Order: sequence, then structure tokens, then C-alpha cells
Amino acid sequence: MQAISSLMKRRDFIQTTAAATAGTTLLSGFPLGAYGFSPELLALTGGATPTDKVLVIVQLQGGNDGLNTIIPLDQYSALMTARANIALPESSVLKLTAATGIHPAMAAVHSLFQNSKIGVVQSASYPQPNFSHFRATDIWTSGSDSNVTWNTGWAGRYLDSEYADYPTGYPSAQFPDPLAISIGSVVSNCVQGPSVNMGMAIASTSSFYQLLSGGTDTAPNTPAGHELSFIRQMVSQTQVYTKTIQAAAGRAANLSPLYPVAGQNSLADQLKIVAQLVAGGLQTRIYVCNLGGFDTHVNQVSTTGGTTTGNHATLLGKLAGAIDAFQDDLRRLNIQDRVVGFTFSEFGRRIRSNSGLGTDHGTAAPMFMFGSQVNPIVHGTNPSLPANAGVNDNLAMQFDFRSIYTSVLQDWFQVPPATLAQLFGRSFPYVPVLRLGAVVTAAATVQPVGNFAVFPNPAPRDGQAIVTFDSEGGPTYLRLLDGLGREVRRPVDGRSLAHGPQRIALDLSGLAPGAYHCLVQQGARQDSRVVVME
Amino acid sequence: MNRRAFLQRPAAVLVPPAAALAQKPVETLSPHANRVLPAGLATTSTTLAPYTGPWGYEQAAHLLRRSLVGPTRAEVLAAAGSSLAAVLDGLFTAAPAPAPPVNGFSTNTIDAVGQTWVTAPFNNTVEGSRNRSLRAWWADLLLQSTTLTEQMTLFWHNHFVVSFDQVFDSRYAYRYLSLLRQQALGNVRQLAKDVTIEPAILDYLSGTKNRVGAPNENYGRELLELFTLGKGALIGPGNYTTYTEDDVQAAARVLTGWQNLQAGISSSFAANRHDPGTKQFSAAFGNRTIANQGATEYLALLDMIFDRPETAQFLARKLYRWFVYYVIDAQTEQDIIQPLAAQLQQNGYDIAPVLRTLLGSEHFFDVLSQGCVIKSPVSFTLGVVRQLQVVFPPATNVVAQYGLWDYLVSNATLQQQRLGDPPNVAGWPAYWQTPQYYEIWINAVTLPRRNQLTDGLISARGIVRNIDGTKYALKIDAIGLAQALPSVAAADPNLLIAELVKLLLPLLLTDNQTAFLKNALLPGLPDFEWTNEWNQFLATPTKTAVRMAVETKLQALLRSLMGLAEHHLS
Repeated sequence: MQAISSLMKRRDFIQTTAAATAGTTLLSGFPLGAYGFSPELLALTGGATPTDKVLVIVQLQGGNDGLNTIIPLDQYSALMTARANIALPESSVLKLTAATGIHPAMAAVHSLFQNSKIGVVQSASYPQPNFSHFRATDIWTSGSDSNVTWNTGWAGRYLDSEYADYPTGYPSAQFPDPLAISIGSVVSNCVQGPSVNMGMAIASTSSFYQLLSGGTDTAPNTPAGHELSFIRQMVSQTQVYTKTIQAAAGRAANLSPLYPVAGQNSLADQLKIVAQLVAGGLQTRIYVCNLGGFDTHVNQVSTTGGTTTGNHATLLGKLAGAIDAFQDDLRRLNIQDRVVGFTFSEFGRRIRSNSGLGTDHGTAAPMFMFGSQVNPIVHGTNPSLPANAGVNDNLAMQFDFRSIYTSVLQDWFQVPPATLAQLFGRSFPYVPVLRLGAVVTAAATVQPVGNFAVFPNPAPRDGQAIVTFDSEGGPTYLRLLDGLGREVRRPVDGRSLAHGPQRIALDLSGLAPGAYHCLVQQGARQDSRVVVME
Repeated sequence: MNRRAFLQRPAAVLVPPAAALAQKPVETLSPHANRVLPAGLATTSTTLAPYTGPWGYEQAAHLLRRSLVGPTRAEVLAAAGSSLAAVLDGLFTAAPAPAPPVNGFSTNTIDAVGQTWVTAPFNNTVEGSRNRSLRAWWADLLLQSTTLTEQMTLFWHNHFVVSFDQVFDSRYAYRYLSLLRQQALGNVRQLAKDVTIEPAILDYLSGTKNRVGAPNENYGRELLELFTLGKGALIGPGNYTTYTEDDVQAAARVLTGWQNLQAGISSSFAANRHDPGTKQFSAAFGNRTIANQGATEYLALLDMIFDRPETAQFLARKLYRWFVYYVIDAQTEQDIIQPLAAQLQQNGYDIAPVLRTLLGSEHFFDVLSQGCVIKSPVSFTLGVVRQLQVVFPPATNVVAQYGLWDYLVSNATLQQQRLGDPPNVAGWPAYWQTPQYYEIWINAVTLPRRNQLTDGLISARGIVRNIDGTKYALKIDAIGLAQALPSVAAADPNLLIAELVKLLLPLLLTDNQTAFLKNALLPGLPDFEWTNEWNQFLATPTKTAVRMAVETKLQALLRSLMGLAEHHLS
């Protein structure tokens, strides 16, 4: 491996790595960085990690009703008992897996899931959940414990650890672009650093287009209006990143015809900007977008059109449409392997609906992972509902949301686990929400593993399962992760397998009932299957 | 100090703007600033007739914004609940002389902390620190002022300019500032007379070097050009309509003989340095002469100058540009400037009645006169601190108080306005440099600094200053501001935003802008969720998590509000 100067340009780095991966240079017989986090890579590059990876965070404001978004098909009677007035007809639900479905308004996401571009994380939350919008949002954006107040954002702390002196000396020749961009009134608290906010806000989608055109809102033809226009021009001129954003936008245009007409789907409008800027070469690492209106205390479903329509269905339709158009655009722009995203909402909603065709503040809810590099599975099991949910019953957490954050930072931005523990106060269990090998995207597109199956499935408790797949030869990993993403078995630990069908026994003794993930990785090919333990 | 340098700079008034601006560093002027004076703006025919229209929050806020730096909500409400006449009475009540500044910096080891230095012996090593103390003290006076006294003191500083740094005798600077404050709402002819023999001015404008046989024209020229008559069109060799080059020389001879006594912190007249000859003035002065009158001769010169209507007109225009707007078209000249000047001359140059006429007029309260002044850096910096009630350490903690006031002075300096040091004898260009005027305040350097200031004040930690090893924060208490509103308004997001908008901005916002602000306070949520969260806080105000939940949202709202272009307007 040739030495890589820390001053080396990012593009050079990517090209070098790509060459290394495609060629013969291997580190310990394994492509550099192709396997999760690579401290070697960080050590080689030093300081701020060169990357062209982009993370898109979509905040669903108001508290999304998870049980009407990702539906536990195996618990329909409990669901109907708890929320007959808003529950979706079972027949309308689109199946992601045998036991888990998705709201029909999200048909586009259903089909992305089938095309391996969507992952679902079940029941994400944190211990001692808070029911206040503001407090819960602070917890999700800061990554703090429920009983601790932090006034920095998790992504802001990460960026601060990478760019310690920011904003002094920025923008610079090496980092000419904003570190993070929030689209919305304010810079998201996610990117609030210890001393300054690490992001810039694009106030609205219309202000973005004004920024590109250099225009401003019109002011009246009065003395005050004259001065106002002048100051507005200056406000737009003195955004330090205006020029690089204009340049990036000028280098690329959106290609997907799936975006709705501007103004109809605000999230789609925002993601459209993200796609354009990423395609135009802006080196911004983190984008924060948002979609409001999920606080569905009343009339979550239509009073007249059935439970598959109404406010919540409209919102989910916007979410799905926006992600669909965005993914389509990224694919057409040939940047889909550089971008992953996820959604979060400050909380889910109550199991039991109220009499106003709505739901009140709850706890755990699903997160969507989107992008060609996500692990396209349903992580975790369906939430388990009480047979007769009372008004105060809530869903139990399966995944601490900080497990998702830290796993994404570790795999996507190669943040060392020790740094993650510092940024979040402690370590959280790893969850494979991204594809193995996603770290070096310049490598060939990840391929599925042929004839990959686990049987019997469900598997007998304390018994044995058999994993089959087609090997194309080379170093191979076969791992079993539990519902919290913890690795519990590793029957194949990087040894070289011959070409041809494989049949490997998986010892299940001592494992608790629940959902597990079986992962196979061989070169650029990787895949996973859910295994349910009886 | 070579005062000639100053002679050249005011001349830039007459230089075509492009040439004048080419001499300046690029970042001091925005490319978007006026290239010609704005023409074709909506105009008004309102006059100086006393304003008798509606009196409420809008009018009270307008009057107080232009009279104070950053009126608080309580002040605006009190004024709105009173009457225009009563509010003007209050504004024109001259404030009593303040206690003198004290040493507030431990780095000054000559003067004890907390002890005044205004009569201490000159000391080269601490004059800089004393000037710093003076500026900090002045910032506090501006913050505390509830009358026009401080606004007019600053106005006169911009008019009868000195530079504290160049004079470099803090006692002189303090004397000078006290004189301006004492006559702030008094008689401008008397002020001009006093200023003429004031030590700081004698030093700054070379009066001490002006003696018989070797006259120094510096002060004589600025007196005519910048302090009183103003320079008219060049209508003949050395003839500026309102005065001539010969008049400058004659005035300089009148003023010979004045010297400073540094030990006594005073000036004195030395007859042997005075030119005893008779001074002949031009036709602009009716060919009047001034014979030798020794130490009182300057009074005759000032009286002669103030007999001229051009002096009253020049001052009326300057008041107008400070308090109303910089564009003076033919109608404004006829309906506002000329009547104001006439009143000023007729009443013997008492400034208060004239300013009261202006501030109480239909024209001043015309909607077209509102919101069109770009706040100066001092007004912006101190205004946001005052208006949003940033709390300072108690008076017992002198170094902390002076340290924080000093920070505000430095911040305004970074924004290109340094209290005590206008860039030259013409004063800050925002009040004379045509055609840009106020727009000079906003450029690519100063605008980000304004934003950094407000972002810092509204951040979770505030602006933290380390003063002698202890940290002090300048911080806006967003929750306190909301709690001070009527409880109904604090609990309703629309009313809450409306209250803060009308406090901070002189203009109405569009529906889009209001929605933008609401999305900062209440992102993607229905209105009642603010009420819920706020009431939860009121029920358990000591729970940190609950408090922080609403505080971060209020901070986001205020940050967005203070970042609007409208926030730079008064």
C-alpha cells in the first residue's frame, strides 16, 4: 500500500482506494476498509477523514405513529382491539416479510425494500422515554440519556471531533464547503457543536433557489423597503458558503422525473436539493431535512374515506414519494452508493387510539434506513402488543437509537469505536444497518449472495440450523447477530472458501428466542437473512 | 500628529464617489450599496405639523427606537399607555450628570480599581487603559439612558469630533464628553463656543499650534466646513459659497493664542500668541470684520457664524439624517429642513425645541419615516443587549462590569464604529458620505459580525468572557423574556411571535416570514403543543430537562428573528 499524504486530495484518495480494492493490494489478505470500520484507513489518512460519503437525516416532526407505519401482521387481533377506529384493514397492508407489513400509502418504499434499498429498524427508542415533543427531540438530536441534558447535537459533536477549529479558518482550500446543511428555519440541533453550530441553514427551499439566483424577496418601494432590499442582498452575499453552493448546484441538475411539482411535498423538495448538491460535488457530509405534521392527536385517519386515507396516510405518502424520487435521482446521477439516510421521529404514538381518530404521544417507533448501501432487512422483531392495550400501554424498546447513530458513524464515516464512546458517553451495541463493505463505495457495487438460505426457519431453540449459499471463492465471513445487533456467532471467520455451493452448520445452543440476522460476506458480495428462534 | 492628514479626508465629500471609495479597503463598502441616491421611492407630503394621529404601540416604539438604543417592551408599553406630549416631556428631561468613570481594569496598576482617574495626573502608561474605561463607562450610560441625553451626546460626538486615541489624554476626553453631555439638549451656539476652546478639540484640531505669525487653519476650516456652515458649491477660486479660503484664514487668526495646560486639565489664552490684527471676512459674511478682543474674540467669531441661516440649515439637515432618513429631496428641504432651521435660528439655537418639533411631527410619525434607518453598530450592539435585557454583574463587581462593557465597545468597533474615535473629523461616513449613507454600516465584514454577536448572545452558553480568571456570560434569558409577556401571549405561539416581532422589528412581516419563525419555535407541530410544553414548564420550572426543552425553542425563534434583515433597521 502506498503512503497516503494527509494533504492528498479527496478525489485522489478515492481513486487510490478504488484501485487498491480492484487490484491486488490487500491488507491482511482483505480489501482495505471493505469490512466495517478500518482504523488502518484512518491512520493512513490522518486527521479529518477523507470521505465522499453523505448522510441524510430526515426528521419526522411530531411523533410518527409507528404501529400504522410498520404493521405487526402477527398481532392483528391485539391491534384491532387497541385501535379499531384507525387500524388499517389487514388486506390493505403491504408485506415486507411474512410477519411485518407497511402502510399502503408507502407502496413506493415497499418496492424499494424489495429492491434492497430500504432497511427498517423496529421499535427504536431509549430507556425512560419522554413524552414531551421538545424534550424528546432534544434527546434524539443530542443523543443524551433521558435524564441528562446536553446542549450539543450528536452529529455536531462528530463534526467537531473532525474539524476541531471550526469555524476559525473555514472555509479553507481543503474544506471549502459547509460541513453540514439543514434545510429549514433553523440549523438543526443535530449539528450543534460544543461552541458553534457546525451547519448552515438553508431557510427554505425557495430561499435556496433565491440563493442560486442571487435574488431576494421583494420589498416595498419605500425608504424602509429600499434599505431592507439592500440588507437582504448583503445577507445573501455574505453567506460564506454561497459561492461553493452555487457552484455545486451549477454542476448538476436533478434527473428523476419522479419528484412532484415544487410545493406539494416539502420533503421531496428538500431531498431534491440534497441530490443536486451531492451530485454537484459539494463535500458536505451531513444534510438534515424534515417533514412536519406527525402529531396526529385527532383525525389521523379520514372520517369518511376509511383508515387507509387521511392525514397520516398523506404524510407517509409524502415520505415514501420523497424517498422514492430521491433514490431514483441518486441512481440516475450515479451517486447512489455515496448516500445513505435514515428517518427518525421524537417518539411513536400510543398503542391504543383515542376517540378522535387519533393517537397520543407514545414511545418506540420504527426508523427507515434508505439508500443502496443500507442493509435491506427488517431489524428486530415485531413489537409485542398486550391483548387488551390500556390507554397508558406503550411499546417496548428494541433498539436504542444511539446504537443506530453509532453504527452509522462507525461504518459510514469510519469513526473509531473509542471516539464514538466519547461522543456518546459510552458504547452502544453495534447494529448492521449498513451493508458490510459499504465503507469503500468506490469498489464495485455490492452483489447479493446467491442461493443464500437458512433452514429450518424458524429455527429450533438450542438446536442447529444450516446455512447454504453459493461461494465464488475467497475470504468469507458468516456471522449471526441478535436483535440488538450483537454478534453471537461467527462460524466462518475470514477463511478462504472454495468456489461452489456451501453448507455450513450454525450452532444455536443457548440463544434466546427472537429475531436474528445471519450475514454472509464474500468479497464485494454480501447478504443477510432474518432467522427467527422459536 | 500631522493634522494635515485630516484636512484631506473631509475633502472626499466633494470627490466623486467612485474615486473616493477607491481609496478605501474593499471590505468597508458593499457592492450593493447605493451608487446614486435612491430616487422614485414613495414620498410623503407630511410636514412638521404636530402629529395628532393614533397613539399606540407602533408610534411609541418608533419614537423610542430613534431616541434610545433598544427600548424594552416595558418602556414601549408605558409610552404607548401615555401620550405623545408626556413621552416627549420625559425624553427631553435632561439626565443629571453621571458619576465619573472609574478604573475597571486590573491591568491598570496606577489607578486603584473602582477609583476615578478623571483628575489624576497624566500618565503615559495608563492613558490607553483610562480611555478604555471611558468608552466602557460611556457604553453603560447609553444602555441606561431613558432620555435623549445620551442619543444627543453621541450625535454631538459625531458632529464636534475628536479621537480619544489621538488626543491620548483621557482627562481631556472625559472633559470633552462631559461638555457634550451637559449641553446635549441645550444651546448649540454655546456648545460650539465651549467646544472651540475645549482642550481635547484644541489638541485634536491643532488649536494649540495656532499662533500669531504661524496660524494653523485646521480648526478654523473644520469649524466652517463641518461644524457650522457647511461647504457649499465651489463658485469661484477658493469660494465655497458659504465661506472662502480667506475666511478660513481669518477665522484661524481669530482663534490664535489658545493653549492647553495639561497639569490643570484645562485650556488658557496666551495674549502674546494671539494675532491682534483686525480680521476681514468675505461677502459671505457681509464683509464683516472682527477687531482684536483677546480672550473673548472667538465668541464674536462664533456669534457671527451662528447669525448665518446656513448654520441653522446645516444643523437641521444633520439632525434629520440622524433621526429620520438620509435622503433630503426638494420637498423635505422645503417642508422640513427650512422650517426647522428657521425655528433654530429664531430661538437662538436651543436644540431641544427644534428636535421636539421634529420628533413630534406628522412627518416623523409618517409610516414612510419608519423602519428606514440602518442601526449603527453602537445602536445595534447595545440595542440588542438593552432590549433583550441581558443582565450584567452588580455594580460592586467593577472589573466584571467594565470588562463586559468593554467587550461591547470592542464588538461595535469590529463592526466599524468605535466610540470616541470616528474615522476622521467629518464623523462617521454613514451620516455624510453620499450616496451610500447608512448603507456603509452593512458590508461583507460587518454583517457576519452582527450575526455572530446575536447568535452568541442567544446561544446556550451566551458570550463567555474571562475577566481576571472568572467567567462571565453575556446571555439573553429567552425564558425570562417569554415569562415577562402576558401569560396568555407566552402560552400561545402566534401571540408570542407577534410580541417578539413587534419588539425587535420596526416593520410588519409577511405571512411567509411569520411561518418561517413559527417553524423555528414549533417545528412541524400544531399550535397547542407549544401551549402544552410551556404549561409543563410553568408547572415544573425547576426541572432542567423541561426548562431546556422550551428554552432551546425560544432561542431558535429569537436567533431566527435577530437574523432577519429587518432587525438591522430602526
